[in-house]
Amino acid sequence: MSETFLDSTELVLNMGPQHPSTHGVLRVIVKLDGEKVTGTECVIGYLHRGVEKIAENRTYAMFAPYVDRMDYVAAISNGLGYCLAVEKLISVEAPERAQVVRVILTELNRIASHLVWLGTHALDIGALTPLFYCMREREDILNIFEKYCGARLTTHAFRIGGLQYETYEGFEKECLEFCDKFTPRVDEYEELLTENRIWKERLIDVGILNAEDCKAYGVTGPMLRSAGVEWDIRKALPYSGYEKYDFEIPTRTNGDCYDRYIVRVQEMRQSARIVRQGVEMLAPGPIIGKVPKVLKPPMGEAYVSIEAPKGELGYYVVSDASTQPYRVRVRPPSFVNLQSLDKMARGSLVADLVAVIGTIDIVLGEVDR
Amino acid sequence: MKRFLRTILLADLFEGLWVTLRTQHPRNITTEQYPAVIPKVGERYRGLPRLNTNPETGETLCISCDLCALACPENLIVVGWVRNPETKRKDLVDFTYDTSRCMFCGLCEDACPVDALELTQDYQMASFTRDGQIFDRELLEEGTKPTKYKW
Repeated sequence: MSETFLDSTELVLNMGPQHPSTHGVLRVIVKLDGEKVTGTECVIGYLHRGVEKIAENRTYAMFAPYVDRMDYVAAISNGLGYCLAVEKLISVEAPERAQVVRVILTELNRIASHLVWLGTHALDIGALTPLFYCMREREDILNIFEKYCGARLTTHAFRIGGLQYETYEGFEKECLEFCDKFTPRVDEYEELLTENRIWKERLIDVGILNAEDCKAYGVTGPMLRSAGVEWDIRKALPYSGYEKYDFEIPTRTNGDCYDRYIVRVQEMRQSARIVRQGVEMLAPGPIIGKVPKVLKPPMGEAYVSIEAPKGELGYYVVSDASTQPYRVRVRPPSFVNLQSLDKMARGSLVADLVAVIGTIDIVLGEVDR
Repeated sequence: MKRFLRTILLADLFEGLWVTLRTQHPRNITTEQYPAVIPKVGERYRGLPRLNTNPETGETLCISCDLCALACPENLIVVGWVRNPETKRKDLVDFTYDTSRCMFCGLCEDACPVDALELTQDYQMASFTRDGQIFDRELLEEGTKPTKYKW
């Protein structure tokens, strides 16, 4: 711009916190040179509720409903991560049946989370229709959750040591029906988007983050896999019996927005596959392990990370042998993934910034905690 | 050339529209007509709390053990009781449940040893005041009376 006769000064633009495409209350301070982004800075904390501090004042069982409110789009994954961390602390393993039900529900939740992402991301890019279709399928999943545990969004489905609720009558059938219905529906989304020229031109070679940068920033989940790194905690460090399931880790090589879209769509298909296998594995048995009513874990600490829909979700729980945790630290995937925004958006256009924020798949409840 | 023709003939547009047109049939409608049609929620739905009474005698099932208040993460349940000098048992005097702070986690329901406190399938619990969200014993036993709309 320096060659032009006009004076070019840097323009500082404030995007958010009330901006529909920031998917919550994210504020991005964008530095612009014409249409070009020369730098971004995220201002977070608008949804800070002090969840980690709340944990220090609640018993172990009482804190479980709060974790659902961090990543509220994938509440069940959060609950699983927390329950696994406390179970590791008290050296209790959930019974076989509980583990299978847990896997089925977390995979359904992964599909629901990716559906919300796909719908809203397409909406940001300008394709309105996929949102309605995605919400339609998500409704079926939420109905299963509602029938299973009594809540749709912030489910509180799992308890420490296993499950509170036995599966309802027709649970297996409804899961299978959903899977049968879902696969052609994914084809439908792909028909709308994958080969669409506008979609491709808006996403291909936008917001590239290569494998080295991903590792440097600690980016995990579909973003890392779209850069060609085959890293999935379900395969690398299996939990809840994931080693028994046969599924693939979809990867791509470019690491741009389009590849992230492809990876997430493929992941939905794989999740449906896992749900099918899980329903087959479902055998009668106890659903909750031997957990004392008043939980007093021995002094120590436990860290468990699971593959949440957005990436690696870690829970670090420290016990001081009392009824309340001494410290709970959460490693949220969206918080870590969000920091790569500046790297991806620098040098792109303002319109691409929206696409880049969209593909990170952030939930501000989790970023701010 | 192919790309040019596709642009001229709006091929991408029609490919997308074909998906939309396929779902136009009335049997594909998934919208719910609330409040004209009140949807049925699942049997385990955690909604409005209810304090169960014995259907025959009308006496409360609550034994004032205070376990629900202890289990509640938000400390929103207050159980008021007096010791009955004759029977030596606790008599329930008052029971308040602050639904404005409730997150419907169901821990109180799980803690109740006599199934007196229950989260029901009722989800219409809006009120015009903050005080209206604090349910007393009477309201918990009888349930709310949501406004009926004519359609």
